[in-house]
Amino acid sequence: MARMTMIEAVRSAMDVSMAKDDNVVVFGEDVGYFGGVFRCTQGLQAKYGRTRCFDTPISESGIVGTAIGMAAYGLKPCVEIQFADYMYPAYDQLTQEAARIRYRSNGDFTCPIVVRMPTGGGIFGGQTHSQSPEALFTHVCGLKVIVPSNPYDAKGLLIAAIEDPDPVMYLEPKRLYNGPFDGHHERPVTPWSKHDLGEVPDGHYTIPIGKAEVRREGSAVTVIAYGTMVHVALAAAEDAGIDAEVIDLRSLLPLDLDTIVKSVTKTGRCVVVHEATLTSGFGAEVVSLVQEHCFYHLEAPVVRVAGWDTPYPHAQEWDYFPGPGRVGRALAEVMEA
Amino acid sequence: MVDSAHLSLHVPEPAVRPGGQPDFSNVKIAKAGSVPRPEVDVASEDIRDLAYSIIRVLNRDGEAVGPWAGSLSDEELLTGLRNMMKLRAFDARMLMAQRQGKTSFYMQHLGEEAVSCAFRKALNKGDMNFPTYRQAGLLIADDYPMVEMMNQIYSNESDPLHGRQLPIMYSSKEHGFFTISGNLATQYVQAVGWAMASAIKNDSRIAAAWIGDGSTAESDFHSALVFASTYKAPVILNIVNNQWAISTFQGIARGGSGTFAARGLGFGIPALRVDGNDYLAVHAVARWAAERARRNLGPTLIEHVTYRVGAHSTSDDPSAYRPKTESEAWPLGDPVLRLKKHLIVKGVWSEERHVQAEAEIMDEVIEAQRQAEAHGTLHAGGRPSVRDIFEGVYAEMPAHIRRQRQKAGY
Repeated sequence: MARMTMIEAVRSAMDVSMAKDDNVVVFGEDVGYFGGVFRCTQGLQAKYGRTRCFDTPISESGIVGTAIGMAAYGLKPCVEIQFADYMYPAYDQLTQEAARIRYRSNGDFTCPIVVRMPTGGGIFGGQTHSQSPEALFTHVCGLKVIVPSNPYDAKGLLIAAIEDPDPVMYLEPKRLYNGPFDGHHERPVTPWSKHDLGEVPDGHYTIPIGKAEVRREGSAVTVIAYGTMVHVALAAAEDAGIDAEVIDLRSLLPLDLDTIVKSVTKTGRCVVVHEATLTSGFGAEVVSLVQEHCFYHLEAPVVRVAGWDTPYPHAQEWDYFPGPGRVGRALAEVMEA
Repeated sequence: MVDSAHLSLHVPEPAVRPGGQPDFSNVKIAKAGSVPRPEVDVASEDIRDLAYSIIRVLNRDGEAVGPWAGSLSDEELLTGLRNMMKLRAFDARMLMAQRQGKTSFYMQHLGEEAVSCAFRKALNKGDMNFPTYRQAGLLIADDYPMVEMMNQIYSNESDPLHGRQLPIMYSSKEHGFFTISGNLATQYVQAVGWAMASAIKNDSRIAAAWIGDGSTAESDFHSALVFASTYKAPVILNIVNNQWAISTFQGIARGGSGTFAARGLGFGIPALRVDGNDYLAVHAVARWAAERARRNLGPTLIEHVTYRVGAHSTSDDPSAYRPKTESEAWPLGDPVLRLKKHLIVKGVWSEERHVQAEAEIMDEVIEAQRQAEAHGTLHAGGRPSVRDIFEGVYAEMPAHIRRQRQKAGY
């Protein structure tokens, strides 16, 4: 057991998986000798050789397309898209190919790939290094979509994703790479080395895909979040002094509806928080499920807190990113209703 | 200072349109036997001419000539003829079945039979094709059961794909035929990935990628070339240039200069053009490329120069965009008739045996059709279960799909 950052936990997951299974290969832009722009793959090429961890041309469709071919052969590719913003050239390969190969071939061919990508804002990345495209993936039947919020989950979920027989989109909130940022941009990021969830087993373990986790128990309102927003929600509940229950979804597709329904049925109130743009965001799906399954238990309309319906700005990112203030106002709104 | 001219956009147009006189004077055709056959370990820069010429074996008199001849025995040639005839008969029956409303859609191979049938015979068991929609000859030549193909076309109760795919979008891992996608060119780079995996595992199997001339404009074509070139993947990159991308002539994807094969040159990939209507030439070139791949010498790009005699699909009307007589004017002839003539010249075939074989093959196809139709057609008889809609999206059915299946009553 060691204290790890999320970067180290992600790296450890690939290390453990590559050691366990010769068929696991890792590739992407700059991931080989250099170890990736966020160093998630650092040391893997030296340890496993250039044919199991290597750099690719700058061609996202090529990265995912070759991964699909390798998976059809029998390998288990875990590829990196350098930023989630760059996955669009690969969108055809992900949505029309990776997601459908099992279905359209009736299992004759399968596609056990993992596509990792740093996601979200908060690092002054501007419009093209800050996006949260998860809703684009959750609309695609055949994909699985994971967003971890801490190093412990990041490792267990990534190993589970690599061992999963189907294609998994694995979105790494880059604002959490080094610590559980709570949304207060004037406060320093708490390093994972001082956080319980920074304690990560060295060896192999998995966290089941499709299971949410209750991060804070409460009875007044349910806050549903994932990734960076889990920490924002926790800070908001603390700051506002509200007895909120905070659910970390961890897996968006498949979604743990049981945990959501159980909590909202208990609290009668619900706030959904995500960093991605509001309109048609993943929150819309969650709210819809909550009204469908918990309508008679609701005491207030469900409220969403999300990024604005604009591209992600560079200089004003702290006003774009939902912080504890915005979440706190939403909590007050549903408590007053 | 240069006077600025009024700029104008160049939009390529084919030489003729319906009502005009077919014109293939722009197709430069090398004499059969005239193109050299380099060693398989040749450097790509030393064979740049092969990306502009056309490798041909069968001459006008039906003789096999030149350095690319002699790779097939009489028996293999007779099998090749039979496979092409079978594909043509299969097409005829399935085209008719579509017209009779037994399925929604069909795509025929008329005029292009040699490309896939001959190519398959240069591969080994275990090699993998990543085909597009006009390579059913890869299955026919590998003796994949026609009844299974028809079951897929009819989406009936015995459809191996359970009614989920458009007709002709077959899948057979066992027969080295990757599941077909309607999204163009995606499979090209997947083939490179499969080949890279084989090399990573120090295997001996190779992959073949397939694309049409029009789809070479897709970015995945270029992604495939850059990956194949970078990693020297053991893959054969096939371009089937049948002159037409639905109604769009090949000059639109290619522009007015160069050839499709020449696109490989910038990547340092050996690139050859072959007469796609010459069974012997296609096989010889495919074997050359396969040997290169198996000897770890990397990818080869092959442009198969052919002509799509039939419509693009049953939803297309070629008379709306090209002269009706254009296919007859195609200078590389008919692949079935050319191989037939060669075998007659060799004394191992005759007009009588050909007529007899045509009848036998059609009987075989009709019998397969009878068996397939006993399992149903798209609108009549046995159908895949509605339950099949929900199965197989994931290895294990997640709760939300299970709830939907139950809601649907299954």
